[in-house]
Amino acid sequence: MSINRRKAMLVLLVLAVSFLLCILIAGVLNTDAAMKTDFTRKNQPPSLRYPFGTDWMGRDMFARTIAGLSMSIRIGLLTATISALIAFALGSAAAVMGKTVDIFIGWLIDLVMGIPHILLLMLISFACGKGFRGIVIGILCTHWMSLARVIRGEVLQLKQSGYVQVAAKLGTGRLRIVTRHMLPHLVPQFMVGLILLFPHAILHEASITFLGFGLSPEQPAIGVILSESIRYLLTGSWWLAVFPGISLSLIVILFDYIGGMARKLLDPASAHE
Amino acid sequence: MNKLMVYMFKNFIRMLLLLLFVSITAFILVSLSPIDPLQANISQTALGSLSQEQIDKLEMYWGVNEAPIERYLAWVRAFLHGDMGTSLLYRQSVASVIMQKLSNSLMLMVFAWIISGGIGFFLGILSGMNRGKIIDKLIKGYALLTASAPTFWLALLFLLVFSVWLGLFPIGLSVPIGMDAASVSLSDRLQHAILPAVTLSITGISNIVLHTREKMIDVLESEYVLFAVARGEKRWEIFRHHGLRNILLPAITLQFASISEIFGGSILVEQVFSYPGLGQAVVTAGLGGDIPLLLGITVISAAIVFAGNFIADILYGIVDPRIRKGARS
Repeated sequence: MSINRRKAMLVLLVLAVSFLLCILIAGVLNTDAAMKTDFTRKNQPPSLRYPFGTDWMGRDMFARTIAGLSMSIRIGLLTATISALIAFALGSAAAVMGKTVDIFIGWLIDLVMGIPHILLLMLISFACGKGFRGIVIGILCTHWMSLARVIRGEVLQLKQSGYVQVAAKLGTGRLRIVTRHMLPHLVPQFMVGLILLFPHAILHEASITFLGFGLSPEQPAIGVILSESIRYLLTGSWWLAVFPGISLSLIVILFDYIGGMARKLLDPASAHE
Repeated sequence: MNKLMVYMFKNFIRMLLLLLFVSITAFILVSLSPIDPLQANISQTALGSLSQEQIDKLEMYWGVNEAPIERYLAWVRAFLHGDMGTSLLYRQSVASVIMQKLSNSLMLMVFAWIISGGIGFFLGILSGMNRGKIIDKLIKGYALLTASAPTFWLALLFLLVFSVWLGLFPIGLSVPIGMDAASVSLSDRLQHAILPAVTLSITGISNIVLHTREKMIDVLESEYVLFAVARGEKRWEIFRHHGLRNILLPAITLQFASISEIFGGSILVEQVFSYPGLGQAVVTAGLGGDIPLLLGITVISAAIVFAGNFIADILYGIVDPRIRKGARS
C-alpha cells in the first residue's frame, strides 16, 4: 500500500492550508474591488456574474466577503500566535516558578474567566478607543487561559516523569533537559493549541465587530457586513447575510479540521495508522 | 460536615476577592478609554456651538476631569451602600436599569441554560454510548456545525427564516410597539422571547454535547467498564453503574461554567432581535460611554458567573465523597 492514512492526511492538510492562503492573498490584493460602488448594479440577487449578489451601494458581495475573510484570517493569525505564546509563557511559569507564581497565575485565569468574554472584549475595546488595536489586544487577553492550563499540567507531569528525574540525577544541565526532554513533548501540544485558537479568535473578532466595537464600518470585515445586512433583510436582500456567514463558518470549520489533523499527525500514539 | 463548611467558606472568600479584582480591572479599563463621552453623545457641530460654561457643565455630568483612584474609591463606597450610580444615557439609577433589563434577560438565559444543559447532556450521552454509529455522527456533526457558526449569524438566519419569510414571530422588541406596559400580556412577552431563547439554546448545546461525549467515551474505554462487560453487565447497567456516576461531576462544572457563555451569547442574540435586555443595555452603554452602567453590568455579570462557580463548588463538595471528606486532590 503506497498511500497510507497519514500521507493522505498530509495531502489534505496542505490543500486546506493553501486554500486559506489563497483567500488571504486574494483579499489583500483585491481590496479595491471590495470597496468599489457602482449604482448601476444595486441590490442584485446572486447571479453567475456576482455569485454572492450585490448590496445597496452596488458593491460586489463576493469581493467584499473575500476581503472580509482575509481580514479575519489575518487577525486570527496574529492573535492566535501571540496568545498561544502568552499561554506558553504563563503556563510554564506557573509550573516551574514555585507556588506563589502558580497561585497568582491561577488567580489571573479565574479573574479573566469570571467576566464573560464578549463583555471583557467590549471593555478592552472601549479602553483602547475601539478599532483594530482594541480587537487585537482584547483577543490576546481573553484567549490564553485554557492553553495555559494545558501547558501547566503538561510541564508538571514532565517534571515528575522518570526520564527527566533520571536525567537530572545524572547531572544533565537544565537547559539540555528542557530542550532534549521537555520541548519535544510540549511543541506538538503547543502547535495544536495554537491552531485551535484560530476559530475562537476569528469568531470573537466577528462578534465584537458586529456589535460595533471592533473594526470601523469602512473596513471590509464579516462583522461589519453582517451588521449592515440586518437593515436590508427586511426588504428581502437575504443574500447579504447568508453567504458571508456561510463562508465564515466554512473557514472556522476548516481551521478546526486542520487542528484535528495536526493533532493526529503530531501525536505519537497514532503514528502507526 | 465541618470540613465541608471550611471548604465552602474558603470558596466564598475567594469569590468575593475575585469580584473585587474584577471591579478594579473593569474600572482601570474604562478609565483608560480615550473615548470622550462628550464627543460620543453630542455631535461635533453641537459641541462647537456650546458655550464654555455649558461644556464645563457637561464635563461635570460625564465626570471627565476627576482622578481615577478617587473616582474608584467613591464608586466602591457608594456601591457597597447599594448605590450604583446613575446611568448617564437612561437617566435612571443604574440599579433600576439593571433590574429592569435583567428580568427581561433572565427569562431568556434561564430558559436557554436549562434547555441547552438538558438536551446537551442527553445528546452527549447518546452520542458517546453509540460512538461511531450514524446517530453519533449526526449529533457530532450538528454540534460542530453550530459551534463553528457565529452566534449572531445563526440569530440572523432565524430572524430571516421565521420572522421575515414565515412571519411566525415578531421582528424585535420584547413587547409590541406602541403598547402600554401594563396592557402587555404574558403571551405577548413570551411570543417575543421565544425566538431569541431558542437561538441561545441551540448555540449553547454544542459545547455541552462535545464535552459530555468525550467524557462518556473516556469512561467507556476505562478498564473498569471493560471488566463490567466481561462480567456480563448490559449496556443500560453499564451506563447506570459506571457512566452516569462518572460523568455527573464534570457535567455539573460544565453546566455552571456555561453561564458565562450563555451571558455572552445573550449579548449578541439580544442585539440581533433588538430584545431590550441586559446585553443590549451593555452594548448601548459601551458605545455611548455610559461608564456607570457599563461598570454596573460588568460587576453584576461577573457576580452571576462567580455565583455559578460557587454553587458548582458546593455541589461538588456534596456529591463527591473525596471532597466531602476533605482530601481534595
